[in-house]
Amino acid sequence: MEIISVANLKKEFDGLGVLKGISFTLNKGEVLSIIGPSGSGKSTLLRCLTQLEPIDGGTIEVCSKTMVRTTEAGKVSYANKETLKEVRLNLGLVFQSFNLFPHMSVLRNITEAQMHVLGRSKEEANQVGRSLLAKMGLEEKEKAYPCQLSGGQQQRVSIARALALNPDVLCFDEPTSALDPELTGEILKVIKDLAKEKMTMIVVTHEMSFARDISDRVIFMDDGLIVEEGTPQQLFNDPTNPRTKRFLNRYEQN
Amino acid sequence: MGNLLLQMLAGTVTSLKIFALTLLFSLPLGLLVAKGRMSKNPIISNMVNIYIMIMRGTPLILQLLFVYFAPYYIFGASYDRFTAVIVGFVINYAAYFAEIYRGGIQSIPIGQYEASLVLGFSKTHTFTHVVAPQVVKRIIPAMGNEVITLVKDTALAQTIGVAELFRVAQNASARQFSTMPIFIAGVFYFLMNALVSRSFDLLEKKLNYYH
Repeated sequence: MEIISVANLKKEFDGLGVLKGISFTLNKGEVLSIIGPSGSGKSTLLRCLTQLEPIDGGTIEVCSKTMVRTTEAGKVSYANKETLKEVRLNLGLVFQSFNLFPHMSVLRNITEAQMHVLGRSKEEANQVGRSLLAKMGLEEKEKAYPCQLSGGQQQRVSIARALALNPDVLCFDEPTSALDPELTGEILKVIKDLAKEKMTMIVVTHEMSFARDISDRVIFMDDGLIVEEGTPQQLFNDPTNPRTKRFLNRYEQN
Repeated sequence: MGNLLLQMLAGTVTSLKIFALTLLFSLPLGLLVAKGRMSKNPIISNMVNIYIMIMRGTPLILQLLFVYFAPYYIFGASYDRFTAVIVGFVINYAAYFAEIYRGGIQSIPIGQYEASLVLGFSKTHTFTHVVAPQVVKRIIPAMGNEVITLVKDTALAQTIGVAELFRVAQNASARQFSTMPIFIAGVFYFLMNALVSRSFDLLEKKLNYYH
């Protein structure tokens, strides 16, 4: 079952093409990794899906709802407010820099949206929050504030915050790039566990071995285009495109 | 001496009234002005900017005279001096507060807005529950400065004939051929500001649970 379907997605910044016609689909339960050099448009793609950036062309469908489409005349037309809000809740996003709310306790970070957006009672929200914290190995930290946690712990809280709204797809925007290598492992483990539970995920990452391990499918992007797409085996062991080969070689050398 | 202290206490009450009423109206008005200053509409933001420039660029004493006398010269209408003092102080202080608010609001990282948006918060909820609490913490030192200045600025109310603490002290000095009342007034201002300082310190401590 298709959860996300993107066709010919275009995005420009000041007339400069960042996404030059991206098309892909994502099925339920699938883990899709997006790799590629910096500036290739990976993060922008996620930001377009999560409505943080308006698009300049193409179509995005999420959970059988048309979030945005482009008319034949080339006019971009977003869905109405209600649909956009629904779609927003279909997708969760974990940021590179966590973006936790510093003035709220760890538990409050996870319950705030449940209460305000989903209308859950405080008791229910707390219960969901606590069980997610337990899952993240942070049950002791519910009263702590983000500034008292390590980067890895903060990122786990932000994953719990996104999961609390029961998204259909969880998107990760370079979730380990702000962490030192020692802390990277704990985040990758959390994502691996989610993959085992068949959580549908899109992971933008620079961690090649991780992408190889957890993904059902990998997309290699460069200069605003999808250069190559395939299973991890195909893409990492036997890339067909010379650009992909060069990129992966450079990684192996390091 | 007892009589003098009673008079000075009455003057202090007037000063405190000016102080409290100015804060009561200018704190929320400042937020409105800050929003206007940050408006995407260039007409609104420019108009508000001109207002702020005038308020910060001319003496408060002149503004008080203008607020009280302009309606008389233009419309022939006169009104209560105390009301004029409050109006003058409020529009002046709202401009200063607005710039402090603006600085605070613009210092909140964009990631806080993005996280709020992705989580589905409404714009109002984002402002009241995510942005505003963090702004309050950031602007406390600057607000402390401004509020202390306000305590001392209340002395300017006498320009349009409102007998606040300093005016009472000056009158007493003139009557008694002594600078003592003015010196006592100084002690009064100092004590009031010690209280203001202390309150801001406490507030700062209270919000120290995160950074």
